[in-house]
Amino acid sequence: MNRQTLALALAGSLSAALSAAAFAAPLSPEQMSGKEKCYGVALAGQNDCAAGPGTTCAGTSTMDYQGNAWKAVPAGTCTTMNIDGHMGSLEPM
Amino acid sequence: MLTARPSAPTKLPSRAGLGLKPEHYAAILDDVPDIGFFEVHAENYMGSGGPPHRYLDAIARRYPLSLHGVGLSIGSARDLDTEHLKRLRSLVDRYRPHSFSEHLAWSTHDACFLNDLLPLPYTPETLARVTDHVDQTQQALGTRMLLENPSTYVLFAESTIGEVDFLDTVARRTGCGLLLDVNNVMVSAVNHRLDPFDYIDRFPVEHVGEIHLGGYDEAIDGAGERLLIDAHASAVRPDVFALYEHTLRRIGPVPTLVEWDNAVPDFVTLAAEAWRVDAALDAVRHAVADRAA
Amino acid sequence: MSAFAATQADFAQALTNPAQPVPIGLTTTDGRNDPLRFAVYRNNVFVGLTQALAKRFPVTRRLVGEEFFAGMARVYADAEKPASPLLFRYGDTFPDFIATFPPAASLPYLADLARLETALTRAYHAADVAPLGLDVLSAIAPDTLPRTVLLPHPSAAQLVSAWPVGTIWAAHQGEIVGTVASRAAETVIVARPVMDVGVHVVPANHAGFSAAVFEGATLGDAAARALDSDAAFDFGAALVGLVSLGAFSAVRLNGEEA
Repeated sequence: MNRQTLALALAGSLSAALSAAAFAAPLSPEQMSGKEKCYGVALAGQNDCAAGPGTTCAGTSTMDYQGNAWKAVPAGTCTTMNIDGHMGSLEPM
Repeated sequence: MLTARPSAPTKLPSRAGLGLKPEHYAAILDDVPDIGFFEVHAENYMGSGGPPHRYLDAIARRYPLSLHGVGLSIGSARDLDTEHLKRLRSLVDRYRPHSFSEHLAWSTHDACFLNDLLPLPYTPETLARVTDHVDQTQQALGTRMLLENPSTYVLFAESTIGEVDFLDTVARRTGCGLLLDVNNVMVSAVNHRLDPFDYIDRFPVEHVGEIHLGGYDEAIDGAGERLLIDAHASAVRPDVFALYEHTLRRIGPVPTLVEWDNAVPDFVTLAAEAWRVDAALDAVRHAVADRAA
Repeated sequence: MSAFAATQADFAQALTNPAQPVPIGLTTTDGRNDPLRFAVYRNNVFVGLTQALAKRFPVTRRLVGEEFFAGMARVYADAEKPASPLLFRYGDTFPDFIATFPPAASLPYLADLARLETALTRAYHAADVAPLGLDVLSAIAPDTLPRTVLLPHPSAAQLVSAWPVGTIWAAHQGEIVGTVASRAAETVIVARPVMDVGVHVVPANHAGFSAAVFEGATLGDAAARALDSDAAFDFGAALVGLVSLGAFSAVRLNGEEA
């Protein structure tokens, strides 16, 4: 396909798709939302000026905690999630 | 003693305010509840755009706004982060808050942000450092700021100046106002076996531009003694509220924020805390009026 | 070093290293040097940082469970403190850490899932710019179309993963975890054209085209590559689909503004 042919083919394909889309204006928020998974209020880390919970009980054993984590095994929804008929793991079989 | 209210270093109304939490954006805009002002932690609005700014724009159009920094590290031995000052300046320019406040504490070291308000010794050297930093901040922001008393769990053997004198001197040298956190007063007083009422009675009334209230948690220290934690995870405790009422009788009505940052309840519960504070503010207003009559 | 700087350096050192004793000079009213009191500060630092990660990576946390996540976040926080006081940025390198964290090796998709979650936060805080509309596409002259480049919206990110991370993420948006029907690779686009952050799995037959367009290829080059591997590739449908996500902000021609 030469450049001219490609340009015409692309333009034709785009124009067909635009007619199919039935509108040629920017999408409104209503049209955008609900199409796919969206989330509204994202609570990434928030700065505040208070002490965190559990500030007196967790402290002295921090080194142990690190050791425990190294031995720990993931134990959340990954153990029950059904992926392609398999529970949990996506490891190559 | 009941004195007339001195001219305040803040344009906030002498009413109860609440910390603004993202989970309450929608409820506040839907109901427009009768709250005196909202306060935000500046660092949470330092992104370029998005919902935080859109909601804050809408809320700042309806309510007086207090901008409260938690990351400037004014109590650092190192220089202030000029990039952070610029970020604060752009928030001040954008939202024109009725008040800007920060803490007598440090939180950054070796370019690491430690995410806590850490204590500093009170000496002539640290006093000079903090004074310079407050001057620099007020210059950079083009506005007078309020400096908040901290809650602390340890003391420094090298300290030679009392906390109240330290804050008073900073205020007199820089012209800044003070943010009196009454919960912090109780936390530090219990932790260091001091009399919280004495702290309030010695506090320089003329510099106070805002009061903070919050809920503490209780723990015990290594000697089995009562240790209060500045947790902001509950309603204001009764002894702190009594200390607040004592403070109002001394100072008169002052803009008062209720801080509730962890285990944040629904908005109705928060609003009830604000109305309890408004009632205390009304009571002291009536007392002033009765005295004048 | 001044006395103040030395005191603060000692404090900071002991704060982040639990093996160190409480700094000399910290005291109580009755003159004790109490490790439990200093532990409050140590814990404030680590609880605050691990909580910030828990909030930024909720699906990652659900996948591995609270305890494993807390441990993993703790090891990360030990190694990596925030570089700025803006906590919502903390964790940008957490996905790379997860990819090399041996206890998480049984979940090879976990690092990409965390990458998707960092993209969500970035999109949330990104600059507000009007998204490119289909009207702009329809106004492009046919002969300039192949030389046209799309500029990604400030909120937009594309994640090309060997795992179905978009579907795994979506399966975790309700109380009950949904089923992930396929283990096929996914290309995921995150964008916030207005208020809501959208997570979109690109149709498999548009993934190569999408990747090329995001990387700044001209529409002609991206289309030619897609047609090479799939003669039935529908350029118009793919382009209209991509632009409809609100993931682009402008078009330009070979380096100039269009």
